[in-house]
Amino acid sequence: MAEPLIFDLNKDGRRGYALPALDVPALDPADHIPSRFLRQELPLPSLSELEVVRHFTRLSRLNHSVDIGFYPLGSCTMKYNPKVNENMARLPGFAHIHPQQPEETVQGALEMLKTLEDQLAEVTGMDAMTLQPAAGAHGEMTGLLIMKAYHKKQGNHKTKIMIPDSGHGTNPASCSMVGYEVINIKSDARGSIDIEDLKAKLSPDVAGLMITNPSTLGLFDENIGELASLIHSVDGLLYYDGANLNAIMGWTRPGDMGFDIVHLNLHKTFSTPHGGGGPGAGPVGVKKHLEAFLPNPRVVFDGKKYKLQTKCRESVGPVLGSVGNFLVLVRAFAYIMVNGREGLKNASAYAVLNANYMMARLKKTYHLPYDRFCKHEFVLSGKSLAQYGVKTLDVAKRLLDFGFHAPTIYFPMIVEESMMFEPTETESKGTLDCFMEAMEMIAREAAENPDNLKNAPLKTPVRRLDEATAARKPDINYFQRPE
Amino acid sequence: MATYIPTTPDELQEMLGAIGVKSIDDLFAEIPPELRLQGELNLPAGMSESEMARKVARLAETNETVDKNVCFLGGGAYDHIIPAVIDHILLRGDFFTAYTPYQPEVSQGTLQCIYEYQSLICGLTGMDQSNASLYEGATANVEAINMATAQTGRSKVLVLQTLNPEYRRVINTLNGALGVEIVTVPFEDGAVDPSRVQELMNDKIAAVVMQYPNFFGSIEDIERISEIAHAAGALSIVSANPIALGLIEAPGKLGADIVTGEGQPLGIPLSFGGPYLGFIAAKKALLRRMPGRIVGRTKDIDGKIGFVLTLQAREQHIRREKASSNICSNQALMALNATIYMSLLGRDGIKEVAYQSFQKAHYMKRELAKVEGVSFPFTGSFFHELVVKIPNARKVLGKMSKKGVFAGIPLDNWFTSLKDCVLIAVTEKRTKDEIDNYCNMLGGFING
Amino acid sequence: MTTKFTKEHEWAKLEGDTVTVGITDYAAHQLGDVVFVELPAKGSKLQKDKVFGTIESVKTVSDLYSPVTGEVVAVNDNLENNPALVNEEPMGAGWICKVKMANPSEFDQLLSEADYKKICD
Repeated sequence: MAEPLIFDLNKDGRRGYALPALDVPALDPADHIPSRFLRQELPLPSLSELEVVRHFTRLSRLNHSVDIGFYPLGSCTMKYNPKVNENMARLPGFAHIHPQQPEETVQGALEMLKTLEDQLAEVTGMDAMTLQPAAGAHGEMTGLLIMKAYHKKQGNHKTKIMIPDSGHGTNPASCSMVGYEVINIKSDARGSIDIEDLKAKLSPDVAGLMITNPSTLGLFDENIGELASLIHSVDGLLYYDGANLNAIMGWTRPGDMGFDIVHLNLHKTFSTPHGGGGPGAGPVGVKKHLEAFLPNPRVVFDGKKYKLQTKCRESVGPVLGSVGNFLVLVRAFAYIMVNGREGLKNASAYAVLNANYMMARLKKTYHLPYDRFCKHEFVLSGKSLAQYGVKTLDVAKRLLDFGFHAPTIYFPMIVEESMMFEPTETESKGTLDCFMEAMEMIAREAAENPDNLKNAPLKTPVRRLDEATAARKPDINYFQRPE
Repeated sequence: MATYIPTTPDELQEMLGAIGVKSIDDLFAEIPPELRLQGELNLPAGMSESEMARKVARLAETNETVDKNVCFLGGGAYDHIIPAVIDHILLRGDFFTAYTPYQPEVSQGTLQCIYEYQSLICGLTGMDQSNASLYEGATANVEAINMATAQTGRSKVLVLQTLNPEYRRVINTLNGALGVEIVTVPFEDGAVDPSRVQELMNDKIAAVVMQYPNFFGSIEDIERISEIAHAAGALSIVSANPIALGLIEAPGKLGADIVTGEGQPLGIPLSFGGPYLGFIAAKKALLRRMPGRIVGRTKDIDGKIGFVLTLQAREQHIRREKASSNICSNQALMALNATIYMSLLGRDGIKEVAYQSFQKAHYMKRELAKVEGVSFPFTGSFFHELVVKIPNARKVLGKMSKKGVFAGIPLDNWFTSLKDCVLIAVTEKRTKDEIDNYCNMLGGFING
Repeated sequence: MTTKFTKEHEWAKLEGDTVTVGITDYAAHQLGDVVFVELPAKGSKLQKDKVFGTIESVKTVSDLYSPVTGEVVAVNDNLENNPALVNEEPMGAGWICKVKMANPSEFDQLLSEADYKKICD
């Protein structure tokens, strides 16, 4: 049985929650608000508390999650989310403070923010941070605004950003949102940026180069020093998409590689929960020469007190209505405290170990387009299964039957039938072994009984869904269902 | 120190052997030596969970909370009652340790919740379609303005001065970056006279952005202003307080084309500003301009009802530089928070939260009127927030804060003309005693 | 009646000074399930080789390029409710619009079926 919609559980007159009785004399709202502004209908459901609890509990059981099983979704860093961090985010001293409280009443919150800024600056090798952006893409936009402000101040005429063809979709989208044109740069045979292609396209109107390192192929670009020199030679800035920082913490730092601007995804590298798609946090770090452009307010410490400084003449301005996704930041703060300097380095060490361990075995069964040591993730191609009429999508769906989440599929786009695996450091060898056995079994099935794959999944709460009809006749609002 | 890494030394050796290297260091060999971090990160050593928890708790305790104090602060975030049920559900790992439902067959929980969320937001706002959520109330307007400029092919917007000034600053930063020209429409008597909008309206304007109730708590005439916008081919964007919509009419019924808002009042803790919830809902004609994820209902190959991410060709991972928005991660867990809140409170409960907030704010105004020295700069209809003029306001607010009352937000932060004016919010959580005590204390500080 | 092609996978069928425009079998197959076609407005002016609309499938989106310069004299309204027509009959009932050519000689510059097939292989 499918779980009914909350609206189908409605029973008029039922109450799920009792408020305290009104203890002030009541007025007739109609005497104080013009009638055209008084609400006529309110089409919300009415349920009891237990019905609400059961409905959402039952729905929760239809999800795969890190707490249930392996989640090797590449580029998303689905590592374990320590439970204690949830407790920290629920401390009343953090959860129950209003953003407009007087500064002297929120000194602990501001101290936490300042400390976290400093810690993240240290991990990335940057000079200053803002914690305001609410997610990675929001951080990208913030970083690009800083880039734009820098060029404006320099009197540079810049209109373009270079992005490798393996880049995340948010990269070009963020560029467009701040008004930069995108130039795509090819990858070379080793999966690194094709330096010749970059040189050919480099011109004085290039504002910057936006890359991840390691790349979305999970490969470290050894030419990063040269790339930095090249982009800096036209007074362009080097931008680090921090989606893959989990590969290098404590081993090397974007700031030392020559990056000028960095955004992080705390919901990836720093273990804050992904929440079914958010909230995240996308702090941005910059080198000294860009600090003045950071969004305001900035947290400052005058030796006695923490303050929120809003008067920053060259700042790009605020990018969010608050200091950031504060409780997400609290969780990352707790994570860094527990791990410390050696814990973070180990996290990256074991993330890389796990990825290479998997790659070394799976490349015997699946095509590995770039055969060199990977960092925290690697990309295989499902193209060898085409001879059986099997696609990467089928492999992904079959994995669900084994109780695993699928890898990221069809990204990066430069690898045909791509599958991107990111095991993270928190998975045990035993889990990786089980998963790889499933992958090998699926490869055998593709040859022997391909229909098993094409019909997969069989054991999940629902099977393959009709996405074409979903998009052709959108049913996205209970109150306006198509015929 | 605590460790979240399960690998034993023996397993490490086996794994290194399988890879064919001697140590983990070998896996980092391709990082040029000059780029390697020399020594360790300059961070403290790790510690156990219990040591960390103690330190973090100590830090948290130095903050003054709205539990120990009495909170009359609003301005976009409100101290409402939050039912206990919500957090118990949010703490289910099946929800909070999942990610974006890329594999719908194993994400039906998250997907159905988002479908219900979208529908509830549509019901609340009177609109045709909602997305799966945005970051928060300020950036939701940025997305709405992007929709409007794309839809109309125009690049100028009118923003009412009564829109939350923090939201206006974010619009300046983010829409300004794309060359959108922002014209501010000034207020009189706590709201904008529609004739001022009429004067500034022309066929270059993509949209009018307003707040309902507005930043001062007043009920803006969004109906008349929407008519003026439509007559010039511009869109009407309304940033609404979702709780107020339990008492005041849905913006969809009053001409809004896009409704955005801050979802924090829907059971989300104050959290020093986040994570909150941005919502956005629009009329049908704008379907393909909607930013971010949208969930649709469909069937699986066995004919069973199921849910999927749909209309994905709008989004950045497919459209890349041609996408209308770059949003990827949103605030899914906060959308779930709001969905549980709306389901639990239900129709009658949301109405009552709105009704009680309205009643208590109006009671407070009557009581404040009795305090000598207090005056009210604005006269119009209001919901649960009001502006009060208090002699030496900042000094008085400081004294009240020391006595455990967060008495209001000084408006001269943003409006030089509103010196000594304070924005006070009253929710259903405030009691008659707290309100009476506020007024007594205020009288004492003003006149004492 | 002659049908010619573009390297962007549109077809154009000549009837007098007007061409009917659509996407080819090959393109429809590559796109997969088409879910939406952004149609040009009737009366709008199209430029040869310039984008005049987009076509969305479940997993991708692609631009539509006009094979000729001219004015849109008809659009296939059926696609609004039934975009699947593009998959079912891309070269027939799944047509997109009719364009009255400003410069009929442009038609001759388009690819023949044989030349187009070479591109697809």
